[in-house]
Parts: sequence; structure tokens; C-alpha cells
Amino acid sequence: MNKKYLRDDIIRMSGVNPKKCMRCGKCSGTCPAYDEMEYHPHQFVSMVENGDIEPLLSSDSLYRCLTCFACAERCPRGVEPAKLIEAVRLTAIRRQGANRLTPSDIPAMLDEDIPQQALVSAFRKYTK
Amino acid sequence: MQVKEYKPLIVAFCCNWCSYAGADLAGNNRLNYPAEVKIIRVPCSCRVNPMFILRAFQRGADGVILCGCHPGDCHYTSGNYFTRRRMAMLFSMLDFLGIERERTRVEWVSAAEGAKFAATMTEFAEQVAALGENKRLEDLRCKK
Amino acid sequence: MQRIGVFVCWCGSNIAGTVDVAAVADALKNEPGVVFSTDYQYMCSQAGQDLIVSSVKEYSLTGLVICSCSPRMHEVTFRKTAAAAGLNPYMVEIANIREQCSWVHKEMPIGTEKAIILGKAAVAKVNLNAPLTPGESPVTKRALVIGGGIAGIQTALDIADAGFPVDIVEKKPTIGGKMAQLDKTFPTLDCAACILTPKMVDVAQHENVRIFSYSEVTDVKGFIGNFDVTIKKNARYVNEDICTGCGDCVTKCPQKKVPNEFNLGMDNRSAIYIPFAQAVPKVATIDPAHCTMLKTGKCGVCSKVCKAKAIDYTQKDEYITEKYGAIVVATGFDPISMDKFDEFAYSQSPDVITSLEFERLTNAAGPTAGKLLRPSDGEHPQKIVFVQCVGSRCDSCSEKGKEYCSKICCMYTAKHAMLTRDKYPDTEVYVFYIDVRTPGKNFDEFYRRAVEEYGVHYIKGMVGKVTPEGKKLMVRASDLLDGKQLNIDADLVVLAAAIEPDKSARSLATMLTASMDTNDFFTEAHPKLRPVESPTAGVFLSGTCQGPKDIPETVSQAGAAAAKVIGLLAKDKLKGNPCVASSDELMCNGCSSCEKVCPYGAITYEDKEFRMPDRTTRIRRVASVNPAVCQGCGCCTVACPSGAMDLRGFMNEQIMAEVDAICK
Repeated sequence: MNKKYLRDDIIRMSGVNPKKCMRCGKCSGTCPAYDEMEYHPHQFVSMVENGDIEPLLSSDSLYRCLTCFACAERCPRGVEPAKLIEAVRLTAIRRQGANRLTPSDIPAMLDEDIPQQALVSAFRKYTK
Repeated sequence: MQVKEYKPLIVAFCCNWCSYAGADLAGNNRLNYPAEVKIIRVPCSCRVNPMFILRAFQRGADGVILCGCHPGDCHYTSGNYFTRRRMAMLFSMLDFLGIERERTRVEWVSAAEGAKFAATMTEFAEQVAALGENKRLEDLRCKK
Repeated sequence: MQRIGVFVCWCGSNIAGTVDVAAVADALKNEPGVVFSTDYQYMCSQAGQDLIVSSVKEYSLTGLVICSCSPRMHEVTFRKTAAAAGLNPYMVEIANIREQCSWVHKEMPIGTEKAIILGKAAVAKVNLNAPLTPGESPVTKRALVIGGGIAGIQTALDIADAGFPVDIVEKKPTIGGKMAQLDKTFPTLDCAACILTPKMVDVAQHENVRIFSYSEVTDVKGFIGNFDVTIKKNARYVNEDICTGCGDCVTKCPQKKVPNEFNLGMDNRSAIYIPFAQAVPKVATIDPAHCTMLKTGKCGVCSKVCKAKAIDYTQKDEYITEKYGAIVVATGFDPISMDKFDEFAYSQSPDVITSLEFERLTNAAGPTAGKLLRPSDGEHPQKIVFVQCVGSRCDSCSEKGKEYCSKICCMYTAKHAMLTRDKYPDTEVYVFYIDVRTPGKNFDEFYRRAVEEYGVHYIKGMVGKVTPEGKKLMVRASDLLDGKQLNIDADLVVLAAAIEPDKSARSLATMLTASMDTNDFFTEAHPKLRPVESPTAGVFLSGTCQGPKDIPETVSQAGAAAAKVIGLLAKDKLKGNPCVASSDELMCNGCSSCEKVCPYGAITYEDKEFRMPDRTTRIRRVASVNPAVCQGCGCCTVACPSGAMDLRGFMNEQIMAEVDAICK
């Protein structure tokens, strides 16, 4: 797919303007999953801005993000990297087509060390 | 009978501090623009009463352009913001009357933008010329 | 009917090259009102001006039209010529046939035709011109400085040295402002008190300066040269003239648990207090919110111990009205509140402090007598983390912070880090920065010294979270250059809080009708060329009320504001611009539309008595324009629904006549 088209698509999907980023790194300074990630939140922002989306799509970092939204809450420029990561994640899922999980697949994919994304997302949704 | 080439008549209101100086700069740099454009100096674009524009159309002007300082640069702090709102109102009324939107324009020209002034005037004159004569608002009693 | 003379200038070949000047002069001869028309090589030359003067005499002209270069070039010249010929200078109109005709059109017939039309428009306008005389208003030779920080002190000193009386109004019990709270100043590291306190004493002892401390401006009326200002002197329950500042009352006061605002609440003061040892004026002030005597009527210790008998519990707020010719705003700044920045745990741990608090902690006169000790347990911190840009450079929609760069934080943080390493070399100091901004004389050298000589760890990245854990503060931050996330167990975290204009500035701006930007900084009349004047005539700006500034910049702006004030006060009378708005009282219906659009507050309403046709009198509310304040933009003329408001020199009729002449 066209690099620019992909970038614009992700920006539209997320509603985030990566150009507002001033490269302060507060998102990465705040991220609880930093050490788990290959690409860190501030890199997500600049890579999306530069259109380097393929490496992000194939990276495991997408699924290491807890969607805790600490970066979005604390970003002084209102860039909200978590929404951007969510949009890249959605792009990856859409590419896979209709290969949905069956409940029996899940136990094998659970990670002992980090909380489940679904769990954290639910907390985010219902505790605010 | 000799057919005279149609030349539109354009009235330009220019604020003293930015656009009039911009027009002077266009002159200093010898940047040509059509002679149909006649400039009237006002202290600030907010001095331009919508009545002046209607009067110009009534007296047979084919286009009216209003130039002021860029928003935020007004010599009188906030005059051009009032201009912007008033003209938006006037233009929607003219639209309602069936006067083509292309006959009127508000443009921000700073004292350093001589080139922009000349280009804007050339372009506006062409645009008005393409529309032809303004007949709808012209008061025939004023015609000699 | 006017008798108009038309003078067409050749400007050598500048105009005559593309415009047939003789044809223009000839065509304008037949315009209504024109009695004489001629052309000449150089109208602006002495010979050309003489020609105008002699023609005025010969043909008894009442108005002049000069077809020449831009009025921005020679309008003043020809107005002087008219005055020399005995005409009112405002009976001159200029048709711009050089910049806007001969220079932009190449062909002779086209240029000539346009020049004739421009000349006709000018003639049509002059036909309706009326003689105008600039109004004169007297100047009260006294200045008011609002705010007694370094900006206000310097402005007042400069004005007073020039021989004009100055009043300083300061809302705190002492002058000195923020600079009095600082320890050292960058980049030379001289102590703030050592350079400020002599100035405070100078200003207090100056014969031309009066200081109203613990006072506020509550009302401003009038205009440039003639302001009437009401100053409220808050009751301090101590007679200023008698109090010797001995401090006996302060030591004996039983109520000693009041947070000391001078030390930003890091220690306590008594209910009767003197903010600091070098306070000016050095008199005690009773804090009515905490004084037992004022609250319950049972105490009176201070009055018993005062040998000078200066305590007066019955003192009331006092209002003083004074006339001023100029007002200088020097209201200064405050650090923003850190309450919304939960991630830095400012409200959770006393060991997370702002830079101004750090300044008090390292100040020899501060709560710890200059020893750098943790507020929580009084121990010496081993690891200090400085966080820059807290609340500065935020998104415009941010509810927490400000969009602008606060300008001074980079330098004072470098200073704090350097001084800490200098005094306590065993301390680890980390500075987290986004960009280090050091534009200023010797600024970058200073910052590099902090890194290279003093070994401060500068880390590019931002702190994301501070968590208090036992005695430590866990700081989680990113190191963008190394691509690492850092976890530092710090003992002290210092936040470089953004600065914002003082909260009182907004209401003051309303009183002064001075404009402010969205951040509540005062706007200047022109960002480049008139940086110390407010768009409101007679109001000047000094220091951080106009934008973030360091001390050298503040002092130079204070001097510049003083120079402007002196220039104003040196005049006996102010000559105004006669091209101002004026309202026809008979047509005005008092609707207030004009007042709302006026950026200068030049329009007021008054109740006037009118004689009606049936010989009764009626009182009606009508607009009245103050010609000394009006700058002549004409915004009100368009807003006026009844057409009562008009602008002299650019009357509705005149512009309409120009439109008609052009469209003929």
C-alpha cells in the first residue's frame, strides 16, 4: 500500500496530529510497558509522522501497549500517542481479514508477566 | 460605431497603515496592475461603511475590493476583525440580492507586500472583467 | 463654496513620463469649486511651494489639491505649505498619481485618464473639507507606577531622577517583588539582595518618589496626561509614620502559626509581621485573617509591647484620589499552580518543590538559613532531579499549562544545578530538558559550564511520573538520546514551573482599557517599534506584565518605559490628532454601539439637557468622544446605527464623494 495513504489513514483513524509533537519524550518517560517495547511511544509518533508504518505493523510493540492512556493524559501537547498506537493496531487487525480468535486459542497466548489488554481496557473504560 | 473594449471599474478601499503603504510599495517596485483599480485611502479598513460599497455599486462600479492589515496586525488593535465580520454580513446580503460573490473581496495586504498587492489587483480585475458589467445594482438615474 | 487650487506635479519625469500633466491640470480646471489649476516640475521644491503660497494669495484659495506622490511621503510638507499661506493645514488633499498611477501604468493615455479621475476624487473630497484644529490638553506632571518589583522600582527611579514626581503602588506590604525572593542571579551569580536592596532604599529615600505599599488601584478615569486614579490603602492596623520597624511586636505575637508567603509557606510567621529584614517600608503589618485581637477582640500583645504606640486596631481602608499624566504597568508574574500536575506528586510530597521554593531554600535569609535541606525531614538531599518546562509549551487546548515558553527556566535551572554542585559536590544532579534555550549574553557559556565544569547530568527527555516511596521519590523518565527509560531514586525534585501574569492584571487592564493577549499579558502598541507602550495612550508597560523576561531585560524595558514617560511629562500641552471621531448629539440615541467597538475607551456617555421645539427641556443620554484618547480609526462610525458618529477628515460624505467621483 502507498506509504502516504497509509499514514493519512492512521492519522484520520486516530484523530491525532503527530505534527504537534515537540519531542519531549514525556510519553516514553511515563510508559509502564517501556521495557517490553521495541518501538517506544515517542517513536510511534515520529514514525507515523514520517510514514514508516510497516515496521510498526510487524512489531510486537503494538501488543505490548497496555492502552493505559498515561501518555495521552500527560502529553503536554495533546498528541495522545496511545490513540495512534490503537490506530496502527486496528490497521494490523483489518489486514488480517476475518481470522478471529476462538476462545480455545486464548490460553496459549496469555502472558504471565503483564496484565491482559482487555482487562486494562475495561478498567480504563469503567473507572473514569 | 466604434465598439469600446470593456474595462471594468474597480474601487479599492485601502487602510492607511498597511494596504495603502503596500500599494505605494507596488509603485516603488514598478509592479504593474490594471489602471481600472482606483484606490481610496481610509484610516483603517473598519472605517469602510458597507454603505460605501453599496454606493460604489449603485454608481456603476463593477467590483469593490477592501484591503486591510493582516488579522492581528491592525494599527488600531482590532479594527480589521470588525471589518471581517461586517463584510461577511454585507457579502451574504449581496449574495441574496444576486450580486456575484466574485465582485467583492476582502484581502489582507501588509505594507511589505507590494507584490501581493499588484498580483491581487490584477487577478481581481480579471475576475471582475470575466463577469462583465454590473447592471443589477446600478442606479440608472445616476447614469449620464 | 470652496475656492480650490489644483497643483499637478511632474516629479521630473517620474509622473510626467506616463501622465500628461498639462492635460490633467486642464481637465481638473472645470471641476466644481476649482478656480485655479496649474502644473509644475517639482511641487515639493522651494519654488513649487512658493508657487502654491502665491497662488493662494492671488486667487484667494480656500482648499488645495496636490496631484503628486503618495500622501505618506509629502502630506506633511504640503500641510505646512498651506499653513504658511494662511490656510488651515487640513484643507489639503493629495491625489496619489505617482506610486499609484504613473509608476504602475506604462501607457500615457491610460495613466492620464486615471490621474484625472484620482484628481477629481481629491477635488470632490476637498469640496467637503472643513478646517480642523488639533485639540490641546494639559499634562499632569506626575507618574503612577503600578507594581513595586524591580521593573517598577527601576521605572520610578528613572522618572524621579528626571525631576518628575512618581508614586508607586504595591499590593504587598513591601516593595521588591519576586527579585527580593531570589538567591543569586544568572549568569554572573551576584546575589539578588545585594543588587536589589540598595535600589529599594534609593527609591524609598528619593524626594520625588512616594510609595503606597499594601495598596491597590481601584479605579482609573481620564486619559493621557489627565488620569484620575483611586488608590485603596488597605488597613495594616499599624501607623506607618510612627512604626520604627523594631520588630518587638513580631517576636512577642502569640499567633506564630501563619504560613509565611514570603518563603512560599515553607515556614511560619506571626500574625503581625515584617516580610523580610530589608523590607521597604520597614513597618509591621497585621494580617487580619489570623490576628486574635482583630478576630476575637482578646489579645492586644503587640499594642502593649510597641514602644512607639504605632498599633491601631481601629484603622480602616483609606481611599486616595490623585491625578497623573502617565501610568506605567509593572504588575509582574507568578509561577503557575502545580495542583493540576498530579504526575509530579507536588501535592503528595513536600520534597517536590518549585524552583521559586528552591530559591528560598538556598537563600541565606530563607527558612533553612541557606542550607539545602529536604523540607520533609531536614536531611541533606543526595540526588536532585530538576524537571524543565513544567506547564510551559503546552498545547493551546491544555487545561494545565501555558502555550508559551517561560524563557527564564532554562537559565535558572542551570544556575540551581551549578550552585548545588558547587556547594555540595557529593550531590548527584540531573536536569531533564526538552530543549535548552540560552539566547542571551554569556548564557550558553553559563549552561555549558554547568555541564562541563560542574558535572551536572543533562538528559534530553521528560519526566513522566514521580512516585513517593518511603523517604525517596521514584522518578521515571525517558532518555531520548540513549533510548532508555530511567528510574531514579531522588531525594528532591524541583519543578521549573511556568510563569503567568499576576492575577490582578486582568482587572487592572479593564480599568485602564489596555488590551491583553489570550494569556493575560499586556499587548504592546507595536510588537517591534513600540514595545513599551500600550495601545492605550498614556499607559506604558514595564517588565513581565508584557511577556516573560529575565532581570536584565526587565531593567532595560523599565528604563525604556521611563524614557517614554519622561518624554510625555516634559510636554506642557499635548497636541492631538484632529482627525478624530465626533458625534452629532442631536442624532445620537445613546445606544452604546460605538462604545462597545472602541478599542481605546474614548467614548463615554453623558446625560445632556436638550431644548425641545415645544420649549421644554429633556435629558437625553448621548455619546461623547474624548479627542485626546480617540486615535481616529473610525470603527465607531460604522457601528453607529443612527449615523450620528462621523470621523473628521474622513467624513462619510467625503468618502462617498470620492466614490462618486471615481465611478462617474
